[in-house]
Amino acid sequence: MSNQAHITPPSYWPIIGSVGLFVFALGIVNWLHKEPLGVYAIAAGAAILLYMMYGWFREVIEENMAGLGKDPQVESAFKWGMIWFIFSEVMFFATAFATLFYIRLFIIPWLAGDYMGHEITHYILWPHFEMQWPLYTTPDPSMFLGPLKTVNTWEIPALNTLILLTSGLTITVAHWGIIRSDRNMALTGQALTILLGLIFLTLQVYEYTEAYHVYDLKVNSGVYGNTFFLLTGLHGFHVFLGTVMLICIWARIYLAHFTPAYHFAFEAVAWYWHFVDVVWLILFVFVYWI
Amino acid sequence: MSDHAAEGVMGNISRWLTTTNHKDIGTLYLLFALLMFLVAGFMALMIRAELFQPGLMFMQPNFYNQMVTLHGLVMIFGAIMPALAGFANWQIPLMIGAADMAFPRMNNWSFWILPAAFSLLFMSYFAPGGWPNFGWTFYAPLSSTYGPPSTDFMILSIHLMGISSIMASINIVATVVTMRAKWMEYMDMPIFVWSWFITAFLLISIMPVLAVTVTMLLFDRHFGTSFFNAAGGGDPVLFQHLFWFFGHPEVYVLVLPAFGIISEVVPTFARKPLYGAKFMIYAIACIAILSFIVWVHHMFTSGVMAWIKIFFMITTMIVAVPTGIKIFNWIGTLYRGAVSFEPPMLFALSFIVLFTIGGFTGLMLGVVVADYQYQDTYFVVGHFHHTIVSGVYFSILAGVYYWLPKWTGRYYSFRLANWHFWLSTISVNLTFFPMYFLGLIGMPRRIPDYNIQFTDLNMLASVGALIFGLTQLIFVWLLIENIFFSKGEKASSKVWDEPRGLEWTVPSPAPHHTFMTPPDPLPEQ
Repeated sequence: MSNQAHITPPSYWPIIGSVGLFVFALGIVNWLHKEPLGVYAIAAGAAILLYMMYGWFREVIEENMAGLGKDPQVESAFKWGMIWFIFSEVMFFATAFATLFYIRLFIIPWLAGDYMGHEITHYILWPHFEMQWPLYTTPDPSMFLGPLKTVNTWEIPALNTLILLTSGLTITVAHWGIIRSDRNMALTGQALTILLGLIFLTLQVYEYTEAYHVYDLKVNSGVYGNTFFLLTGLHGFHVFLGTVMLICIWARIYLAHFTPAYHFAFEAVAWYWHFVDVVWLILFVFVYWI
Repeated sequence: MSDHAAEGVMGNISRWLTTTNHKDIGTLYLLFALLMFLVAGFMALMIRAELFQPGLMFMQPNFYNQMVTLHGLVMIFGAIMPALAGFANWQIPLMIGAADMAFPRMNNWSFWILPAAFSLLFMSYFAPGGWPNFGWTFYAPLSSTYGPPSTDFMILSIHLMGISSIMASINIVATVVTMRAKWMEYMDMPIFVWSWFITAFLLISIMPVLAVTVTMLLFDRHFGTSFFNAAGGGDPVLFQHLFWFFGHPEVYVLVLPAFGIISEVVPTFARKPLYGAKFMIYAIACIAILSFIVWVHHMFTSGVMAWIKIFFMITTMIVAVPTGIKIFNWIGTLYRGAVSFEPPMLFALSFIVLFTIGGFTGLMLGVVVADYQYQDTYFVVGHFHHTIVSGVYFSILAGVYYWLPKWTGRYYSFRLANWHFWLSTISVNLTFFPMYFLGLIGMPRRIPDYNIQFTDLNMLASVGALIFGLTQLIFVWLLIENIFFSKGEKASSKVWDEPRGLEWTVPSPAPHHTFMTPPDPLPEQ
């Protein structure tokens, strides 16, 4: 590399992305307000955003294939960028978990009159409310009806734990494949990981359907339902995004984009996948198990 | 470069829409911040006009509440934060010897999300019921059960601002870590760069918290959840915990880069190196860490247990220690320095004095038993306006006056700048000092009407606010004159007497591309 700094040419992708975000956000608001155009605006915004992502990522990939990706500074910047992006996601989930712990450790006992001499709230508001978790009976069942039953820890959730842990292994197999220039091994490992991600998502959808129709466990079934769907929903959305990323990386392995020395895009997605995996383990323990 | 070859109106528009140049993007951030500052400042003047006399004068209480909400949201997210991000964009690459930011396209996107976010916020006026009306803190249930439809616009707008802030911060971290000139160790970095480096970590930590919180709010509003409703087992106080876990570090997001600017300006005009530079860096880091464990001091009257209040009172007091170190070190820098009083220095000195007042009143508010008396009175309003207007805003002015000749290549009118300084400093105190006394004698916040014994002090504050508002037009004129009319003496590359830093080694105005090859180290001091 020469000593001369690389200058990124002007780009239309960011402004296209801003327009997409604006239309998308406006669509969501209008959809919430039951305006007829809302759904179309959401679809249009999403389409613009997808177009932007396709074009922008293609440009970055082309630049990196042309040699920029071998610049140690550029590679290091991508690494730091990915690390701190994942850290922001950590804070995302930390907030959701903090909400769960706060409700379980402080609010439910408090409302049940069982918290360090704060019985008065209990007697004034809902004297019949009793402490329990999962919360089958909310303080005011006329406003928020609790669930009939909750998801059995040792059925789908345990199976999903196994699936995600296995996918952590298969993505490592794919990594070995790239490092050893064994394209078939890389493609197989990556494909297995994608498959496991898709199975996870399918089981999660099945679990949601069952929760809604059989257990009466809904997003509005009091705080148990709220926190259950907040945490599993956020996580499921991340698994979905991760799976899409894995598919893109599979295509890039297929197109022979990676060399044993330069394959940071693969590593970034692998980091992301492991992160989603770790979040699931915490989620399995605190949402499904105890 | 081809990006300068664009011609004509369309060419110009597309240049600013598509730019990947850190200086262009810095300029965009600063101009956007100025526009938002004028809009939100106008709202503040409407508030002060209403409060000039008791009785409802110009507006209905609901519209007054809308003004209070929008003034807060737009000033914090639309004016102060983008202004500081503008400084980061202009100065960080110049100060560490980099050609640009690490992710130039993402940098452009971080900026251009902001106009989209604020369009969304402003257009919510057309939703039934008008703008949000519950204050910038949007406590549940005011924003959940009782929030007007425009609340949803605000929530989505906050999501967009969050995306913008997180991307800008990741960009700053990646730039500082990977793009410093080879010889520049972390402890060699200019203090302004350090302050933004730490601020970026704060932003990456807290913006996701706000994003999840507003998402839960959205679900409470539309999908029947009860996160912030005790009837379903949730808790409205949970909202306050989450909001202030974001909100307290957020105020340090505003003030840490301000500390950075002041720490650049004071040594230049005292003609001495910054006293205790290492401790200044440690102090910033300490303040940032402490900012995560003080949030309950915003909630002393919200129903938290006594021992928790005591804990948070103590941590709040501890923040005064690193902040005190900073104040003492600025004074230590001035001690026996060859001090001169150019406009940036005037604002910096004013900052040191007035921010100290704002900080001390913050300590008063942080004492639990005293807070029972002060909370929700004008004392609180006086406190945070002294820290943000005569603190952060003054530091932004100091920064603009300090670096403007570097950006535009010409000195601005010192005469106008001095007028701007003296009128601002006098009127800012005329506006906010009476608020402490109003608070102590019991005038509540967020009320369009008041009892007649509060009239005199309110009139004083309103007159001060009007003078302060008009004074800022001097600043706008000064900028127009400097940027568009090319008035004023040409600046040398050093601009000031003996300023220290890589930005003073490039010509003024700084060329479109700087440090295409890494710079040599500065000579030892």
